[in-house]
Amino acid sequence: MKTSAIGNAAARPRRGGPGPRWQRAIWWALLTAGLLPGVWLAARTAGAFGGLGVNPIETLLLDTGTYAMIALLVALSVTPLRRMTGVAGIGRYRRLLGLIAFGYASAHFLIWLGVDLFFDWVLILEDLTTRPFVMAGFAAWFILLLLAATSTRAAMGLLKRNWTRLHRLVYLAGILAVVHIVWLTRADYREVTIYALILAALLGLRVLWALQGTRKSRGQPARNGVA
Amino acid sequence: MLIRRHRSSDPLPSEITPREIYQRRREFLRTGMALGAGLFLPASVLADASLDYSPGPFSTDEALTPYEDVTTYNNFFELGSGKSDPSRNAHLLRTEPWSVKVDGLCANPGEYDLEDFLKPWALEERIYRLRCVEGWSMVIPWVGFELNRVLKQAEPLGSARYVAFETLMDPDNLPGQRRPVLDWPYVEGLRLDEAMHPLTILAVGLYGEELPNQNGAPLRLVVPWKYGFKSIKSIVRISFTEEEPPTSWNRSQPDEYGFYSNVNPDVAHPRWSQRTERRIGEFRRRRTELFNGYGEEVAALYEGMDLTRYF
Repeated sequence: MKTSAIGNAAARPRRGGPGPRWQRAIWWALLTAGLLPGVWLAARTAGAFGGLGVNPIETLLLDTGTYAMIALLVALSVTPLRRMTGVAGIGRYRRLLGLIAFGYASAHFLIWLGVDLFFDWVLILEDLTTRPFVMAGFAAWFILLLLAATSTRAAMGLLKRNWTRLHRLVYLAGILAVVHIVWLTRADYREVTIYALILAALLGLRVLWALQGTRKSRGQPARNGVA
Repeated sequence: MLIRRHRSSDPLPSEITPREIYQRRREFLRTGMALGAGLFLPASVLADASLDYSPGPFSTDEALTPYEDVTTYNNFFELGSGKSDPSRNAHLLRTEPWSVKVDGLCANPGEYDLEDFLKPWALEERIYRLRCVEGWSMVIPWVGFELNRVLKQAEPLGSARYVAFETLMDPDNLPGQRRPVLDWPYVEGLRLDEAMHPLTILAVGLYGEELPNQNGAPLRLVVPWKYGFKSIKSIVRISFTEEEPPTSWNRSQPDEYGFYSNVNPDVAHPRWSQRTERRIGEFRRRRTELFNGYGEEVAALYEGMDLTRYF
Protein backbone atom coordinates (compact mmCIF):
# COMPACT_ATOMS: atom_id res chain seq x y z
CA MET A 1 0.00 0.00 0.00
CA LYS A 2 2.86 2.35 0.78
CA THR A 3 4.17 1.95 -2.73
CA SER A 4 0.81 2.65 -4.32
CA ALA A 5 0.58 5.81 -6.33
CA ILE A 6 -2.28 7.26 -4.35
CA GLY A 7 -0.66 6.61 -1.00
CA ASN A 8 2.42 8.44 -2.18
CA ALA A 9 0.44 11.36 -3.41
CA ALA A 10 -1.47 11.72 -0.20
CA ALA A 11 1.70 11.94 1.80
CA ARG A 12 3.17 14.96 0.13
CA PRO A 13 1.93 18.51 -0.27
CA ARG A 14 0.70 19.06 -3.79
CA ARG A 15 -0.35 22.64 -3.90
CA GLY A 16 0.60 24.95 -6.71
CA GLY A 17 2.00 27.55 -4.36
CA PRO A 18 4.97 25.99 -2.56
CA GLY A 19 7.79 24.18 -4.30
CA PRO A 20 10.36 25.31 -6.81
CA ARG A 21 9.51 28.12 -9.13
CA TRP A 22 9.32 25.92 -12.27
CA GLN A 23 6.76 23.71 -10.56
CA ARG A 24 4.61 26.69 -9.76
CA ALA A 25 4.98 27.85 -13.35
CA ILE A 26 3.73 24.50 -14.62
CA TRP A 27 0.84 24.65 -12.16
CA TRP A 28 -0.19 28.09 -13.41
CA ALA A 29 0.28 27.04 -17.03
CA LEU A 30 -2.01 24.05 -16.50
CA LEU A 31 -4.60 26.19 -14.74
CA THR A 32 -4.54 28.74 -17.55
CA ALA A 33 -4.76 26.08 -20.25
CA GLY A 34 -7.57 24.36 -18.38
CA LEU A 35 -9.62 27.53 -18.04
CA LEU A 36 -9.10 28.73 -21.61
CA PRO A 37 -12.01 26.72 -23.08
CA GLY A 38 -14.27 28.18 -20.39
CA VAL A 39 -13.09 31.71 -21.15
CA TRP A 40 -13.64 31.06 -24.85
CA LEU A 41 -17.17 29.83 -24.14
CA ALA A 42 -17.89 32.80 -21.87
CA ALA A 43 -16.69 35.17 -24.58
CA ARG A 44 -18.99 33.50 -27.11
CA THR A 45 -21.84 33.73 -24.61
CA ALA A 46 -21.20 37.46 -24.46
CA GLY A 47 -21.55 37.57 -28.25
CA ALA A 48 -17.90 37.52 -29.32
CA PHE A 49 -16.41 35.18 -31.94
CA GLY A 50 -19.73 34.58 -33.66
CA GLY A 51 -21.68 33.81 -30.49
CA LEU A 52 -23.14 30.45 -29.59
CA GLY A 53 -25.03 29.65 -32.78
CA VAL A 54 -28.66 28.88 -33.49
CA ASN A 55 -29.39 27.01 -30.26
CA PRO A 56 -27.20 28.79 -27.68
CA ILE A 57 -28.35 26.88 -24.60
CA GLU A 58 -27.72 23.56 -26.32
CA THR A 59 -24.26 24.81 -27.28
CA LEU A 60 -23.53 25.79 -23.67
CA LEU A 61 -24.66 22.39 -22.42
CA LEU A 62 -22.80 20.39 -25.05
CA ASP A 63 -19.57 22.36 -24.77
CA THR A 64 -19.37 22.41 -20.96
CA GLY A 65 -20.15 18.68 -20.96
CA THR A 66 -17.44 17.99 -23.52
CA TYR A 67 -14.90 20.05 -21.56
CA ALA A 68 -15.81 18.20 -18.34
CA MET A 69 -15.39 14.81 -20.03
CA ILE A 70 -12.02 15.73 -21.54
CA ALA A 71 -10.74 17.33 -18.32
CA LEU A 72 -11.75 14.24 -16.38
CA LEU A 73 -9.85 12.00 -18.81
CA VAL A 74 -6.81 14.27 -18.52
CA ALA A 75 -6.99 14.12 -14.71
CA LEU A 76 -7.35 10.33 -14.84
CA SER A 77 -4.27 10.04 -17.04
CA VAL A 78 -1.97 11.66 -14.45
CA THR A 79 -1.32 8.56 -12.39
CA PRO A 80 -0.70 6.19 -15.35
CA LEU A 81 1.57 8.82 -16.90
CA ARG A 82 3.52 9.14 -13.67
CA ARG A 83 3.89 5.41 -13.43
CA MET A 84 4.95 4.94 -17.02
CA THR A 85 7.42 7.83 -17.05
CA GLY A 86 8.64 7.33 -13.52
CA VAL A 87 8.46 11.11 -12.98
CA ALA A 88 6.82 11.28 -9.56
CA GLY A 89 6.41 15.07 -9.70
CA ILE A 90 3.63 14.78 -12.27
CA GLY A 91 1.32 13.68 -9.48
CA ARG A 92 1.30 17.09 -7.87
CA TYR A 93 -0.92 18.44 -10.65
CA ARG A 94 -3.60 15.79 -10.34
CA ARG A 95 -5.80 17.68 -7.92
CA LEU A 96 -5.74 20.82 -10.03
CA LEU A 97 -6.81 18.88 -13.12
CA GLY A 98 -9.53 17.07 -11.17
CA LEU A 99 -10.88 20.38 -9.88
CA ILE A 100 -10.96 21.80 -13.40
CA ALA A 101 -13.05 18.77 -14.46
CA PHE A 102 -15.32 19.40 -11.49
CA GLY A 103 -15.61 23.05 -12.50
CA TYR A 104 -16.78 22.23 -16.01
CA ALA A 105 -19.10 19.49 -14.74
CA SER A 106 -20.63 22.00 -12.31
CA ALA A 107 -21.10 24.59 -15.05
CA HIS A 108 -22.76 21.88 -17.14
CA PHE A 109 -25.03 20.86 -14.25
CA LEU A 110 -25.99 24.42 -13.34
CA ILE A 111 -26.73 25.41 -16.94
CA TRP A 112 -29.01 22.38 -17.23
CA LEU A 113 -30.74 23.25 -13.96
CA GLY A 114 -31.00 27.00 -14.18
CA VAL A 115 -30.85 27.87 -17.88
CA ASP A 116 -32.12 24.89 -19.86
CA LEU A 117 -34.89 23.88 -17.46
CA PHE A 118 -34.97 27.30 -15.78
CA PHE A 119 -35.53 25.92 -12.26
CA ASP A 120 -38.72 24.16 -13.33
CA TRP A 121 -38.60 21.76 -10.40
CA VAL A 122 -41.37 19.53 -11.72
CA LEU A 123 -39.43 18.85 -14.90
CA ILE A 124 -36.13 18.62 -13.04
CA LEU A 125 -37.45 16.05 -10.57
CA GLU A 126 -39.11 14.09 -13.33
CA ASP A 127 -35.86 14.02 -15.29
CA LEU A 128 -33.84 13.08 -12.21
CA THR A 129 -36.15 10.23 -11.28
CA THR A 130 -37.15 8.80 -14.66
CA ARG A 131 -34.37 9.54 -17.16
CA PRO A 132 -31.39 7.20 -16.83
CA PHE A 133 -29.09 9.51 -18.79
CA VAL A 134 -29.88 12.35 -16.37
CA MET A 135 -29.34 10.08 -13.36
CA ALA A 136 -25.98 8.91 -14.70
CA GLY A 137 -24.84 12.46 -15.37
CA PHE A 138 -26.04 13.67 -12.00
CA ALA A 139 -24.33 10.79 -10.20
CA ALA A 140 -21.06 11.53 -12.01
CA TRP A 141 -21.27 15.19 -10.98
CA PHE A 142 -22.17 14.28 -7.40
CA ILE A 143 -19.12 12.03 -7.12
CA LEU A 144 -16.91 14.83 -8.42
CA LEU A 145 -18.52 17.12 -5.84
CA LEU A 146 -17.60 14.71 -3.05
CA LEU A 147 -14.06 14.40 -4.33
CA ALA A 148 -13.67 18.16 -4.71
CA ALA A 149 -15.00 18.71 -1.19
CA THR A 150 -12.44 16.25 0.19
CA SER A 151 -9.56 17.38 -1.98
CA THR A 152 -7.91 19.46 0.75
CA ARG A 153 -4.90 18.23 2.71
CA ALA A 154 -6.99 18.58 5.85
CA ALA A 155 -9.55 16.13 4.44
CA MET A 156 -6.76 13.76 3.45
CA GLY A 157 -5.44 13.76 6.99
CA LEU A 158 -8.87 13.30 8.43
CA LEU A 159 -9.94 10.44 6.17
CA LYS A 160 -6.55 8.70 6.15
CA ARG A 161 -6.83 5.43 4.21
CA ASN A 162 -10.49 6.04 3.52
CA TRP A 163 -9.47 9.04 1.44
CA THR A 164 -7.86 6.71 -1.09
CA ARG A 165 -10.90 4.49 -1.12
CA LEU A 166 -13.23 7.45 -1.55
CA HIS A 167 -11.19 8.92 -4.35
CA ARG A 168 -11.20 5.67 -6.30
CA LEU A 169 -14.80 6.68 -7.07
CA VAL A 170 -13.33 8.92 -9.74
CA TYR A 171 -13.21 5.85 -11.99
CA LEU A 172 -16.92 5.35 -11.44
CA ALA A 173 -17.52 9.01 -12.29
CA GLY A 174 -15.65 8.49 -15.56
CA ILE A 175 -17.74 5.44 -16.42
CA LEU A 176 -20.98 7.25 -15.53
CA ALA A 177 -19.99 10.22 -17.66
CA VAL A 178 -19.40 7.98 -20.69
CA VAL A 179 -22.70 6.16 -20.06
CA HIS A 180 -24.41 9.56 -19.80
CA ILE A 181 -23.16 10.48 -23.27
CA VAL A 182 -23.96 7.06 -24.77
CA TRP A 183 -27.54 7.36 -23.55
CA LEU A 184 -27.84 10.81 -25.08
CA THR A 185 -26.51 9.90 -28.48
CA ARG A 186 -29.04 9.41 -31.26
CA ALA A 187 -27.06 7.55 -33.88
CA ASP A 188 -23.47 8.72 -34.33
CA TYR A 189 -21.29 7.12 -31.64
CA ARG A 190 -17.90 8.23 -32.98
CA GLU A 191 -17.16 10.88 -30.36
CA VAL A 192 -18.26 8.88 -27.34
CA THR A 193 -16.37 5.85 -28.64
CA ILE A 194 -13.15 7.84 -28.41
CA TYR A 195 -13.91 8.80 -24.79
CA ALA A 196 -14.81 5.21 -23.95
CA LEU A 197 -11.61 3.82 -25.48
CA ILE A 198 -9.40 6.31 -23.63
CA LEU A 199 -11.22 5.62 -20.36
CA ALA A 200 -10.96 1.86 -20.90
CA ALA A 201 -7.21 2.16 -21.54
CA LEU A 202 -6.68 4.26 -18.40
CA LEU A 203 -8.74 1.90 -16.24
CA GLY A 204 -7.21 -1.16 -17.90
CA LEU A 205 -3.71 -0.03 -16.98
CA ARG A 206 -4.71 0.36 -13.35
CA VAL A 207 -6.33 -3.06 -13.26
CA LEU A 208 -3.21 -4.55 -14.83
CA TRP A 209 -0.96 -2.86 -12.30
CA ALA A 210 -3.21 -3.85 -9.43
CA LEU A 211 -3.02 -7.49 -10.51
CA GLN A 212 0.75 -7.30 -10.76
CA GLY A 213 0.85 -5.70 -7.34
CA THR A 214 -1.16 -8.62 -5.94
CA ARG A 215 1.25 -11.09 -7.46
CA LYS A 216 4.19 -9.21 -6.02
CA SER A 217 2.71 -9.24 -2.54
CA ARG A 218 2.25 -12.98 -2.84
CA GLY A 219 5.94 -13.30 -3.55
CA GLN A 220 5.64 -13.72 -7.29
CA PRO A 221 7.78 -11.54 -9.52
CA ALA A 222 6.07 -8.87 -11.57
CA ARG A 223 5.84 -9.68 -15.28
CA ASN A 224 7.65 -6.51 -16.18
CA GLY A 225 9.24 -3.71 -14.31
CA VAL A 226 6.67 -1.04 -14.98
CA ALA A 227 6.89 0.35 -11.49
CA MET B 1 -40.61 32.77 -59.99
CA LEU B 2 -38.47 29.77 -59.52
CA ILE B 3 -40.72 26.98 -60.61
CA ARG B 4 -42.72 27.69 -63.67
CA ARG B 5 -44.38 25.94 -66.53
CA HIS B 6 -41.62 24.77 -68.73
CA ARG B 7 -41.44 25.67 -72.39
CA SER B 8 -38.62 24.30 -74.48
CA SER B 9 -37.51 27.83 -75.28
CA ASP B 10 -37.17 28.67 -71.60
CA PRO B 11 -33.81 28.53 -69.97
CA LEU B 12 -33.60 25.74 -67.44
CA PRO B 13 -34.27 26.89 -63.88
CA SER B 14 -30.84 25.55 -63.09
CA GLU B 15 -29.34 28.15 -65.36
CA ILE B 16 -31.10 31.12 -63.86
CA THR B 17 -31.87 30.49 -60.23
CA PRO B 18 -28.58 30.40 -58.37
CA ARG B 19 -27.72 33.97 -59.29
CA GLU B 20 -31.17 35.16 -58.32
CA ILE B 21 -31.05 33.42 -54.99
CA TYR B 22 -27.59 34.68 -54.34
CA GLN B 23 -28.53 38.26 -54.99
CA ARG B 24 -31.72 38.10 -53.00
CA ARG B 25 -29.92 36.67 -49.99
CA ARG B 26 -27.41 39.45 -49.92
CA GLU B 27 -30.18 41.97 -50.32
CA PHE B 28 -32.17 40.63 -47.43
CA LEU B 29 -29.13 40.33 -45.21
CA ARG B 30 -28.16 43.90 -45.94
CA THR B 31 -31.69 45.15 -45.38
CA GLY B 32 -31.97 43.11 -42.22
CA MET B 33 -28.80 44.51 -40.78
CA ALA B 34 -29.72 48.03 -41.79
CA LEU B 35 -33.00 47.77 -40.00
CA GLY B 36 -31.40 46.05 -37.06
CA ALA B 37 -34.56 44.00 -36.94
CA GLY B 38 -35.30 40.29 -37.10
CA LEU B 39 -33.89 38.93 -40.32
CA PHE B 40 -37.06 37.12 -41.17
CA LEU B 41 -39.15 40.20 -41.77
CA PRO B 42 -37.35 41.69 -44.75
CA ALA B 43 -36.76 38.19 -46.10
CA SER B 44 -40.44 37.38 -46.27
CA VAL B 45 -41.28 40.76 -47.74
CA LEU B 46 -38.70 40.36 -50.47
CA ALA B 47 -39.66 36.76 -51.03
CA ASP B 48 -43.27 37.72 -51.55
CA ALA B 49 -42.18 40.12 -54.22
CA SER B 50 -40.04 37.65 -56.08
CA LEU B 51 -41.85 34.30 -56.09
CA ASP B 52 -45.08 33.22 -57.59
CA TYR B 53 -47.06 31.43 -54.95
CA SER B 54 -50.26 32.16 -53.09
CA PRO B 55 -50.87 32.06 -49.38
CA GLY B 56 -52.27 28.71 -48.35
CA PRO B 57 -54.53 27.56 -45.52
CA PHE B 58 -53.43 26.29 -42.09
CA SER B 59 -50.66 28.88 -41.71
CA THR B 60 -49.79 29.96 -38.20
CA ASP B 61 -49.24 33.63 -37.39
CA GLU B 62 -46.50 32.82 -34.88
CA ALA B 63 -43.17 34.55 -35.28
CA LEU B 64 -41.08 32.98 -38.04
CA THR B 65 -37.77 31.38 -37.19
CA PRO B 66 -35.09 33.45 -38.97
CA TYR B 67 -33.98 32.18 -42.38
CA GLU B 68 -30.41 31.98 -41.14
CA ASP B 69 -31.42 29.61 -38.32
CA VAL B 70 -33.69 27.46 -40.50
CA THR B 71 -30.85 26.92 -42.97
CA THR B 72 -27.87 26.43 -40.63
CA TYR B 73 -29.33 24.21 -37.90
CA ASN B 74 -30.38 20.98 -39.54
CA ASN B 75 -30.61 17.26 -39.06
CA PHE B 76 -29.72 15.71 -42.40
CA PHE B 77 -27.50 12.77 -41.55
CA GLU B 78 -26.59 12.16 -45.20
CA LEU B 79 -24.65 15.41 -45.00
CA GLY B 80 -23.21 14.79 -41.51
CA SER B 81 -24.42 14.16 -37.97
CA GLY B 82 -23.74 17.60 -36.47
CA LYS B 83 -26.32 20.38 -36.67
CA SER B 84 -24.07 22.62 -38.78
CA ASP B 85 -22.71 19.83 -41.00
CA PRO B 86 -25.61 19.89 -43.50
CA SER B 87 -25.22 23.59 -44.33
CA ARG B 88 -21.44 23.20 -44.50
CA ASN B 89 -21.68 20.15 -46.76
CA ALA B 90 -24.71 21.33 -48.71
CA HIS B 91 -22.77 21.58 -51.98
CA LEU B 92 -22.17 17.81 -51.88
CA LEU B 93 -25.82 17.07 -52.60
CA ARG B 94 -26.32 16.94 -56.37
CA THR B 95 -29.88 17.96 -57.23
CA GLU B 96 -29.48 18.09 -61.00
CA PRO B 97 -30.61 16.08 -62.77
CA TRP B 98 -33.37 14.89 -60.45
CA SER B 99 -36.16 12.46 -61.10
CA VAL B 100 -38.99 11.19 -58.96
CA LYS B 101 -40.46 7.73 -59.30
CA VAL B 102 -44.08 7.07 -58.37
CA ASP B 103 -44.80 3.37 -58.21
CA GLY B 104 -46.32 0.52 -56.25
CA LEU B 105 -50.03 -0.12 -55.93
CA CYS B 106 -51.35 2.53 -58.30
CA ALA B 107 -52.92 2.60 -61.75
CA ASN B 108 -50.83 5.47 -63.04
CA PRO B 109 -47.20 4.99 -62.01
CA GLY B 110 -44.38 6.89 -63.63
CA GLU B 111 -40.92 8.30 -63.44
CA TYR B 112 -40.71 12.05 -63.90
CA ASP B 113 -38.05 14.65 -64.34
CA LEU B 114 -38.41 17.05 -61.47
CA GLU B 115 -39.76 19.81 -63.69
CA ASP B 116 -42.42 17.54 -65.16
CA PHE B 117 -43.27 16.27 -61.71
CA LEU B 118 -43.81 19.81 -60.38
CA LYS B 119 -45.37 21.34 -63.52
CA PRO B 120 -49.06 20.67 -62.77
CA TRP B 121 -49.14 22.13 -59.27
CA ALA B 122 -49.60 25.72 -58.17
CA LEU B 123 -47.41 26.61 -55.22
CA GLU B 124 -48.73 27.73 -51.87
CA GLU B 125 -47.07 29.08 -48.77
CA ARG B 126 -47.69 27.07 -45.61
CA ILE B 127 -46.30 28.48 -42.38
CA TYR B 128 -45.98 25.46 -40.11
CA ARG B 129 -44.50 24.65 -36.73
CA LEU B 130 -41.76 22.04 -36.91
CA ARG B 131 -41.06 20.00 -33.77
CA CYS B 132 -37.90 17.92 -33.71
CA VAL B 133 -37.85 14.73 -31.65
CA GLU B 134 -34.76 16.17 -29.93
CA GLY B 135 -36.82 18.85 -28.19
CA TRP B 136 -36.45 21.98 -30.30
CA SER B 137 -38.89 23.64 -32.67
CA MET B 138 -39.12 26.24 -35.41
CA VAL B 139 -41.77 28.09 -37.42
CA ILE B 140 -41.03 27.76 -41.12
CA PRO B 141 -42.74 29.31 -44.15
CA TRP B 142 -42.67 26.41 -46.59
CA VAL B 143 -43.58 26.72 -50.25
CA GLY B 144 -45.11 23.64 -51.79
CA PHE B 145 -48.33 21.83 -52.63
CA GLU B 146 -50.52 19.20 -51.06
CA LEU B 147 -49.20 15.68 -51.44
CA ASN B 148 -52.72 14.37 -52.05
CA ARG B 149 -52.68 15.90 -55.55
CA VAL B 150 -49.74 13.76 -56.59
CA LEU B 151 -51.28 10.72 -54.94
CA LYS B 152 -54.67 11.18 -56.61
CA GLN B 153 -53.03 11.64 -59.99
CA ALA B 154 -51.26 8.30 -59.50
CA GLU B 155 -54.65 6.63 -58.91
CA PRO B 156 -53.93 4.39 -55.93
CA LEU B 157 -55.48 0.92 -56.06
CA GLY B 158 -57.98 -0.18 -53.44
CA SER B 159 -55.31 -2.32 -51.85
CA ALA B 160 -52.98 0.65 -51.25
CA ARG B 161 -52.99 1.52 -47.55
CA TYR B 162 -49.64 3.19 -47.04
CA VAL B 163 -47.28 5.51 -48.86
CA ALA B 164 -43.52 4.92 -48.69
CA PHE B 165 -40.86 7.55 -49.42
CA GLU B 166 -37.19 7.23 -50.22
CA THR B 167 -34.31 9.72 -50.16
CA LEU B 168 -31.58 9.90 -52.77
CA MET B 169 -28.88 7.23 -52.39
CA ASP B 170 -25.55 8.71 -53.45
CA PRO B 171 -22.73 7.54 -51.17
CA ASP B 172 -20.12 8.80 -53.64
CA ASN B 173 -21.16 12.35 -52.84
CA LEU B 174 -23.03 12.17 -49.54
CA PRO B 175 -20.48 11.67 -46.75
CA GLY B 176 -22.99 10.41 -44.19
CA GLN B 177 -24.01 7.53 -46.45
CA ARG B 178 -20.47 6.20 -46.42
CA ARG B 179 -20.86 5.26 -42.76
CA PRO B 180 -23.53 2.96 -41.30
CA VAL B 181 -25.08 5.63 -39.05
CA LEU B 182 -28.45 4.57 -40.44
CA ASP B 183 -29.43 1.88 -42.92
CA TRP B 184 -29.25 3.89 -46.15
CA PRO B 185 -31.11 5.09 -48.11
CA TYR B 186 -33.33 6.94 -45.67
CA VAL B 187 -36.91 5.75 -45.93
CA GLU B 188 -40.13 7.03 -44.39
CA GLY B 189 -43.81 6.24 -44.61
CA LEU B 190 -47.31 7.45 -43.87
CA ARG B 191 -50.68 5.79 -43.67
CA LEU B 192 -52.62 6.66 -46.84
CA ASP B 193 -55.10 8.84 -44.94
CA GLU B 194 -52.24 10.74 -43.30
CA ALA B 195 -50.61 11.22 -46.68
CA MET B 196 -53.89 12.43 -48.19
CA HIS B 197 -54.48 14.94 -45.38
CA PRO B 198 -54.46 18.54 -46.63
CA LEU B 199 -51.85 19.50 -44.00
CA THR B 200 -49.36 17.13 -45.59
CA ILE B 201 -47.34 18.87 -48.28
CA LEU B 202 -44.44 18.33 -50.60
CA ALA B 203 -42.24 21.39 -50.20
CA VAL B 204 -39.95 22.80 -52.86
CA GLY B 205 -39.08 26.03 -51.09
CA LEU B 206 -38.93 28.01 -47.88
CA TYR B 207 -39.01 31.75 -47.32
CA GLY B 208 -40.12 32.03 -50.92
CA GLU B 209 -36.88 30.57 -52.22
CA GLU B 210 -35.99 27.24 -53.67
CA LEU B 211 -35.14 24.81 -50.86
CA PRO B 212 -31.50 25.04 -49.82
CA ASN B 213 -29.84 21.63 -50.13
CA GLN B 214 -29.45 21.27 -46.36
CA ASN B 215 -33.23 21.57 -46.00
CA GLY B 216 -33.92 18.69 -48.36
CA ALA B 217 -33.73 20.06 -51.88
CA PRO B 218 -35.22 19.73 -54.33
CA LEU B 219 -38.33 18.07 -52.92
CA ARG B 220 -39.25 17.11 -49.37
CA LEU B 221 -42.18 16.04 -47.31
CA VAL B 222 -43.60 18.23 -44.53
CA VAL B 223 -45.96 16.60 -42.01
CA PRO B 224 -46.31 19.25 -39.31
CA TRP B 225 -48.04 17.18 -36.61
CA LYS B 226 -45.27 14.57 -36.55
CA TYR B 227 -41.68 14.76 -35.33
CA GLY B 228 -39.38 16.30 -37.91
CA PHE B 229 -37.67 13.08 -38.96
CA LYS B 230 -40.94 11.91 -40.57
CA SER B 231 -40.65 14.81 -43.03
CA ILE B 232 -38.22 13.02 -45.33
CA LYS B 233 -35.84 15.11 -47.43
CA SER B 234 -34.60 14.95 -51.02
CA ILE B 235 -37.24 12.48 -52.19
CA VAL B 236 -36.60 10.27 -55.24
CA ARG B 237 -39.38 7.73 -54.83
CA ILE B 238 -42.98 7.60 -53.66
CA SER B 239 -44.59 4.13 -53.51
CA PHE B 240 -48.02 2.85 -52.60
CA THR B 241 -47.93 -0.25 -50.40
CA GLU B 242 -50.36 -2.55 -48.70
CA GLU B 243 -48.15 -3.22 -45.67
CA GLU B 244 -46.76 -0.62 -43.30
CA PRO B 245 -43.46 0.37 -44.91
CA PRO B 246 -40.19 0.32 -42.95
CA THR B 247 -38.94 3.68 -41.66
CA SER B 248 -35.29 4.45 -41.03
CA TRP B 249 -35.30 5.57 -37.40
CA ASN B 250 -37.73 2.83 -36.46
CA ARG B 251 -35.42 0.24 -38.00
CA SER B 252 -32.47 1.79 -36.18
CA GLN B 253 -34.12 1.93 -32.72
CA PRO B 254 -37.59 0.34 -32.80
CA ASP B 255 -38.41 1.05 -29.15
CA GLU B 256 -37.55 4.74 -29.53
CA TYR B 257 -39.03 5.78 -32.86
CA GLY B 258 -42.42 4.46 -33.85
CA PHE B 259 -44.02 4.41 -37.28
CA TYR B 260 -46.50 7.12 -36.29
CA SER B 261 -44.20 9.45 -34.32
CA ASN B 262 -46.95 11.97 -33.72
CA VAL B 263 -45.85 14.87 -31.55
CA ASN B 264 -47.14 13.96 -28.10
CA PRO B 265 -46.01 15.50 -24.80
CA ASP B 266 -47.42 12.56 -22.84
CA VAL B 267 -45.47 9.88 -24.66
CA ALA B 268 -41.83 10.30 -23.71
CA HIS B 269 -38.98 9.26 -25.88
CA PRO B 270 -37.60 6.32 -23.85
CA ARG B 271 -34.52 8.35 -23.01
CA TRP B 272 -35.82 11.89 -22.69
CA SER B 273 -39.01 13.80 -21.96
CA GLN B 274 -41.15 15.27 -24.73
CA ARG B 275 -43.14 17.57 -22.43
CA THR B 276 -41.37 20.74 -23.45
CA GLU B 277 -39.47 22.14 -26.37
CA ARG B 278 -37.20 25.06 -27.04
CA ARG B 279 -38.47 27.23 -29.83
CA ILE B 280 -35.33 28.37 -31.62
CA GLY B 281 -34.71 32.00 -30.67
CA GLU B 282 -36.51 31.78 -27.33
CA PHE B 283 -34.91 31.51 -23.92
CA ARG B 284 -37.55 29.62 -21.95
CA ARG B 285 -38.79 26.20 -22.95
CA ARG B 286 -42.44 26.01 -23.92
CA ARG B 287 -44.95 23.23 -23.41
CA THR B 288 -45.22 20.82 -26.30
CA GLU B 289 -48.73 20.41 -27.67
CA LEU B 290 -50.40 17.18 -28.72
CA PHE B 291 -50.07 16.75 -32.51
CA ASN B 292 -47.86 19.84 -32.40
CA GLY B 293 -50.99 21.97 -32.03
CA TYR B 294 -52.69 20.50 -35.12
CA GLY B 295 -55.09 18.31 -33.12
CA GLU B 296 -58.16 20.03 -34.48
CA GLU B 297 -57.15 19.00 -37.99
CA VAL B 298 -55.71 15.53 -37.41
CA ALA B 299 -56.97 14.04 -34.14
CA ALA B 300 -59.78 12.27 -36.01
CA LEU B 301 -57.18 10.22 -37.91
CA TYR B 302 -56.29 8.46 -34.67
CA GLU B 303 -59.69 8.06 -33.06
CA GLY B 304 -59.80 4.98 -30.87
CA MET B 305 -56.06 4.37 -31.22
CA ASP B 306 -53.84 3.95 -28.17
CA LEU B 307 -51.27 6.64 -28.89
CA THR B 308 -48.90 5.19 -26.29
CA ARG B 309 -48.86 1.85 -28.06
CA TYR B 310 -48.82 3.31 -31.58
CA PHE B 311 -46.23 5.96 -30.76
